[in-house]
Amino acid sequence: MEGIQSVAEVTSWLVTGRELFLIIHILGVLCFAYIVAKRLVPLVRVQSDLRFDHPLVRLGRVLKFWLGQWKHPRYRTAGTIHILIFAGFILLAMRAFTVLIVGVSENFVMPGLSGRAGEIYNTITDYAATIVFLCMLIAVIRRLVFKPARYAVPARFGKAHTADAIFLLALIAILMVADSLFAAAKAAAQSQQGQPLEVLAVFSLPWILQSALASTALPTLGRVYFGAYLLHEVTFYFLLCYRPFGIQFHVETSLFNVYFAKLDREILKPVRWGVSDDHLDQVKSFGVKTFEDFTWKHILDFYSCADCGRCSDNCPANAVGRPLSPRFITIKARDYAFQHYPVLGRANNGTPLVGREESGSIYSEDEIWSCTTCGACEEECPLLVEYIDKIVDLRRGLIDDGNVPQSLQKPLKALESRGNPYGKMEKKKADWTKAKDFQQTCDVKVLNGNGADTLYFVDSITSYDDRMQSIGRATAKILTHVGENFGILGAAEKDSGHEVRRFGEETLFMALRDHNVDAIKASGVKRIVTADPHAYNALKHDYKDVPPVEHISQVIAKEVKAGNIKFNPVENADSVYAYHDSCYLGRHNQIYDDPRDVLDAIPGLKRVEMARSRDRSFCCGGGGLMLFYEPKEDQRMGVKRVQMAAQAGANVIVTACPFCMVNIEDAIKVAGMEGKMTAIDLAELVDQQIVRGVEVSNSLLDNKSSCHPEQSEGSAVLANSSKTADSSLRSE
Amino acid sequence: MEILVCVRRVPDTSENEIELNSAGNDIERDDLVYSINEPDNYAVEEALQIASRVGGNVTVATVGGEDDEEILRREMAMGANHGVLITDEAFSGSDGRGIATILKAFVQKGSYDIILTGVQAEDGGAQVGGMLAALLDYPFASLVNSIEILDGKKLKISREIEGGNKEISEIDLPCVLSIQTGINEPRYVGMKGIRQVASIPIPTFDVSNLGLDPSGVGEAAAKVKRVDYFIPTLGKGAEILHGSREENIDKVLELVAAKGGLK
Repeated sequence: MEGIQSVAEVTSWLVTGRELFLIIHILGVLCFAYIVAKRLVPLVRVQSDLRFDHPLVRLGRVLKFWLGQWKHPRYRTAGTIHILIFAGFILLAMRAFTVLIVGVSENFVMPGLSGRAGEIYNTITDYAATIVFLCMLIAVIRRLVFKPARYAVPARFGKAHTADAIFLLALIAILMVADSLFAAAKAAAQSQQGQPLEVLAVFSLPWILQSALASTALPTLGRVYFGAYLLHEVTFYFLLCYRPFGIQFHVETSLFNVYFAKLDREILKPVRWGVSDDHLDQVKSFGVKTFEDFTWKHILDFYSCADCGRCSDNCPANAVGRPLSPRFITIKARDYAFQHYPVLGRANNGTPLVGREESGSIYSEDEIWSCTTCGACEEECPLLVEYIDKIVDLRRGLIDDGNVPQSLQKPLKALESRGNPYGKMEKKKADWTKAKDFQQTCDVKVLNGNGADTLYFVDSITSYDDRMQSIGRATAKILTHVGENFGILGAAEKDSGHEVRRFGEETLFMALRDHNVDAIKASGVKRIVTADPHAYNALKHDYKDVPPVEHISQVIAKEVKAGNIKFNPVENADSVYAYHDSCYLGRHNQIYDDPRDVLDAIPGLKRVEMARSRDRSFCCGGGGLMLFYEPKEDQRMGVKRVQMAAQAGANVIVTACPFCMVNIEDAIKVAGMEGKMTAIDLAELVDQQIVRGVEVSNSLLDNKSSCHPEQSEGSAVLANSSKTADSSLRSE
Repeated sequence: MEILVCVRRVPDTSENEIELNSAGNDIERDDLVYSINEPDNYAVEEALQIASRVGGNVTVATVGGEDDEEILRREMAMGANHGVLITDEAFSGSDGRGIATILKAFVQKGSYDIILTGVQAEDGGAQVGGMLAALLDYPFASLVNSIEILDGKKLKISREIEGGNKEISEIDLPCVLSIQTGINEPRYVGMKGIRQVASIPIPTFDVSNLGLDPSGVGEAAAKVKRVDYFIPTLGKGAEILHGSREENIDKVLELVAAKGGLK
């Protein structure tokens, strides 16, 4: 190359380019290494977290969620922009590396990228740089003009993050321009001298810049060439060292965050990793009280958050104006981490994480109690940041210090002494089976090792709440109808403890669990059925060594498929049904289709989907102890949910969870929609529509059950309804 | 500041369905669950808060039997430094004055600046606090809903009086105060905390080491005796609704509206 000097050979201010860039390289890398080492300090100081198992599964998830950007398309615009930027960065990585080396070794070529392969790679990266540059422009315009609501920072959480975001976007844009200008100046010089051209991709940013520089004098081109390189070099290292101070740190951490993300999300984190339940008594302090009580993975989560706001955009607590915003659970902890473990100097004294503002704590108690553990935030996070474990750990800390809202103390005390949050007598647990009309047709036995196959685990609310007892009776009638030999534990059944655990009272949870496990084992059943998704989740994930558990919607779906349940057509042609996914059936256990299949099997049933459904379902307000908690909020979650159903054109909300029923029915009243909207539990609807005919019971002659199906519907109805079923399926 | 809180174990009204026994002289106690008398819990919380503000120790004491250890441990899990069980066959059947006499003997074994009781026992008559103060010849204030320590020799206390107004008083130490619920928000006591104090020995006191004359306490000395226990019969104007919840709500609204309570 004669026209312009290679950047390594340029001499100015008594140093050669080679020396200058070598110094920048060394300083940049050292600086970055120092900052990262400082960022790693808390990770090695805090609690352990066992995340080194199943490397292949974890790699698979890296391919899906990191390389494959799996969650991003859930937000169409931002997701697309991000995928383009991410792909651009991946493609440009080798080019950036080559450019950096060229500063000290002018003839460096990345192995494998000489000749034709290099030309192809250069063409691709010319476009990649262009696309990344354009994406930066779009992102800046979005931030400044369109201002998506989820980026806004509520006043209580501090100042807007816009300036910082734009600064970072601008740095990347500058990097792309510098890189392109570097290539363009070289190509322009080559072109002027008639040298063999490094062909730039048509209409790419380098190509455009080359065209602009076509008639620039050679000496100027030389200065542009050197200047572009210097700009690239400085911007690159500045960005590298600045990223660990903010949201772009995820560029470095995301790979690790996804790799180490929790594999079994339904299972709550233990109080301390590596400490078994039997040894918990030796753990002095439970939960997270100070920053050092988090695990290293939790800190990595804080570092990895990209501040995209998708968690809070989907958080029902945030939507109804509760003090909680999951985004700021992370951002506040990250800011605290940076200040608590500064890059310059030693770690300073920490403060308690939760408490009153004047104590310097970063979270308020109300913030921590506001979460319904619905999991919408985790479902959405592209970086797989975890929230529920942290909330539960923070609650464990509050419980351990006795900081529990007064409204929760009574139910917790009642759970301890009576095994249910209502303080009802144990001996009345089976009273729901003794309702006059019900007991005559369906005799539910209380198990005492008397050889039933199946346990119906009722749980507290369905046992004691007048309204929810109807769900219990419907469930029992369905189980009877399909010939299930089942019983209940009665007084021996205590609360499943699902919310007890999620509210952080681990010791009480363990007592309830151990009691129930013993009772279940003593009953000798082979499987468990429940109509309560919270109990289902507890039995399935929180309990160990109990028989397999199914939710009643799974049982019904199976029996419908097997032909053991047939439905009468719906009577009211004006009814439009919407199924509301409960958090613990849906997001936490991925049971989305069974309840819908059951509804669709009912002849003539018109069903619509709410805009928020399946894994984007909107929590009704929370179950268990959440019913006792008095949150600070502008509106009830249930009211929002009922309005969503109305918007979808539904006038019947089908729930499959007693707590959803409480919240939705209350919300219908609060929203003043009585008469316009009703709620029914899936089991109640099935029980109401089921064909109890001769033919069905004939097929179940070996039925050991003591129940007598009502003979109200005849075989003619059965034949009729299956015909209607076919036509209705088509019309759906 | 040495603080003594006198506590009592009672059937938990929120977790029991209180029914009369067949003899009609007591409630059916077979299926009852017990807890600390709620106002006493507020008294312990107040004592803990005072101790954390100005330093000192909190002792909780109860007159009762072995079963009553449960509440002492709960209050110790809450943060009380010591629990004391005052127990003797001779104490059973004591009336309010008897209990106050026993507590007086215990108080004189130690040195307390403040003695707190709950405003009343849920199954009692708010007698013991006042009588204990009188027997000790200490100043007494009842229904206290805030406490401020002045110079270590005096307290500034307040109580709510009829009509919602607050009355502020100064009281000399040592003194006896009966604590109103709502004075604070008692902290939660989890199962873990109770387990951690489960093996701490709880000292007991009886007639002999309190130096009491057995004839002055117990049933024989009681001058107030329960003769009957009954659920009031329906009076005029009282109406029990027997419908479903929805029907009852409608009926209540109708009744309130009929009396002009709803406009």
